[in-house]
Amino acid sequence: MTVGGPPDTGIDPQPRVRGPRPSLGPGGRSNLIAAVSTVVVFVVLAVVITNAPGWPAFQALFLNAQIFWYSLPLVAGKFWVNVRLFLTAEVLILVWGLVLAVMRSLPGPVFFPVRLLATIYVDVFRALPGLLVIYMLGFGIPALGIPGVPNDTFFWGLVALTLLYSAYVSEVYRAGIDSIHPSQAAAARSLGLSEFQAMRFVVVPQAIRRVIPPLLNDFIGLQKDTVLVSVIGVVEIFRESAIIQSAKFNYTPFLATALIFLLITIPLARLTDWLLAREKRRRQGGGSVPTGSRRPRLLAFRG
Amino acid sequence: MTVAALSIQGLHKSFGSLEVLKGIDLEVAEHEVIALIGASGSGKSTLLRCINLIEPIDAGRILIEGEEITAKGVKVDRIRRRVGIVFQAFNLFPHMSVIDNVTLGPRKVLRHRGAEAERDALALLDRFGLADKAHDYPDRLSGGQQQRVAIVRALAMQPDLLLLDEVTSALDPELVAEVLNVIRELAAGGMTMLIATHEMGFARDIANRVCFLDAGTILEQGPPAQIFAEPREVRTRQFLNRIIEAGRLQV
Repeated sequence: MTVGGPPDTGIDPQPRVRGPRPSLGPGGRSNLIAAVSTVVVFVVLAVVITNAPGWPAFQALFLNAQIFWYSLPLVAGKFWVNVRLFLTAEVLILVWGLVLAVMRSLPGPVFFPVRLLATIYVDVFRALPGLLVIYMLGFGIPALGIPGVPNDTFFWGLVALTLLYSAYVSEVYRAGIDSIHPSQAAAARSLGLSEFQAMRFVVVPQAIRRVIPPLLNDFIGLQKDTVLVSVIGVVEIFRESAIIQSAKFNYTPFLATALIFLLITIPLARLTDWLLAREKRRRQGGGSVPTGSRRPRLLAFRG
Repeated sequence: MTVAALSIQGLHKSFGSLEVLKGIDLEVAEHEVIALIGASGSGKSTLLRCINLIEPIDAGRILIEGEEITAKGVKVDRIRRRVGIVFQAFNLFPHMSVIDNVTLGPRKVLRHRGAEAERDALALLDRFGLADKAHDYPDRLSGGQQQRVAIVRALAMQPDLLLLDEVTSALDPELVAEVLNVIRELAAGGMTMLIATHEMGFARDIANRVCFLDAGTILEQGPPAQIFAEPREVRTRQFLNRIIEAGRLQV
């Protein structure tokens, strides 16, 4: 019992579920310290920034309320292009990434060429800067003028993002597949399931549950990287902000754009962290003891 | 002359430079229950894994009902349908309910229809007192229940031969009996079984024949009464004395 703590109400003062973050610890004292230090930091920051020599000019260029409200509906309207892009790309990435991961995880000498091709693919697309791939596909392939091949920039932006992200996502999947104990595959094979069936019904489903948090992380990255396709002329939220900026000689539209991204990605980032923390607790907290029906089924299994 | 349910001839198996099985010969008749006893590392588990083709063998032949399963070109999956194996660590699929664990093989390998597979699985689970656990996940079950589910999962494939690899070794002592009772019932039902076990009392009760493995060979085999009461080999006697000292076998 800490001195100066709350009167003993018979309730266990040690929180049993909370993580080891001291800032979230119990007791009025540490809460007070956290509150005071937070206020101090923000006040100091505010004072330093507002007293900077360029503050008035900055305000006029970046924080213009009138332009903000003018540009917000315009950029928000174009954000729909980004949403379509990352939702479509994410579906393609999750499928193609899994195909690549399974290709790389197939054992045996017969599958060597498959493993080799998948490995080369992953190496190449992880090595190339994303912007470069978007440029080369977006300008290069339409320039070839092959009949029947679309020259729509949105389409090639989608293809580029899918190619790039599936390389990363396949590595996430593969780590998940590798983390499933070989005895699981052996048990499946001993029932007469083929190599592929053991993957399909036993290994991959367990692996996917395990890698949902890192996959969400990559999804957040993808959402932000959709602005890269603006370089090949897709008018999406960033390009729209730039258009308004050059028309109004004011950078405030970018602030509106930034806010929209924060609104979308921060909840997802919180969710990812929460899932990760829960997974960590589950692994540390004596996995052999079932914690009752409150245990969420999504990730509820033992390794 | 009837064909042996299982026939092993001159089986050799090495892991790298370590020779684990040094020429195993064994004939098992249908409905026979064989207990494999011997110290850890004597090759019991490896022998069972070779019969299930989990481990490729280096030399020798294995025949099931006269068909050589170790011949070149034999489809491994087809053999595994006929040979069930239950592992020490259960190896249930943690992301599937009990019923899905049991029906996976029948549905995907035997191509049974979902409803049919489920009906058969429920009947099997019911037979071993697990019907009320059908929709639970493995992590909600005790070790004994998990191991019984693993046995049911193997039985659902209707194997001709069942291999049990120290199936009670990972269990708390009070959970051993429920698993052994299941195996007793299987033996009474005429299931051909090879049982690697450290439960000597159980081996004595249930086995038609006991094989003592020592350093990769079957050093001695015979009816349980003979092996446990008057072993011929010195090594067998030494092994059994150690077991008796450890309190694992009443004399």
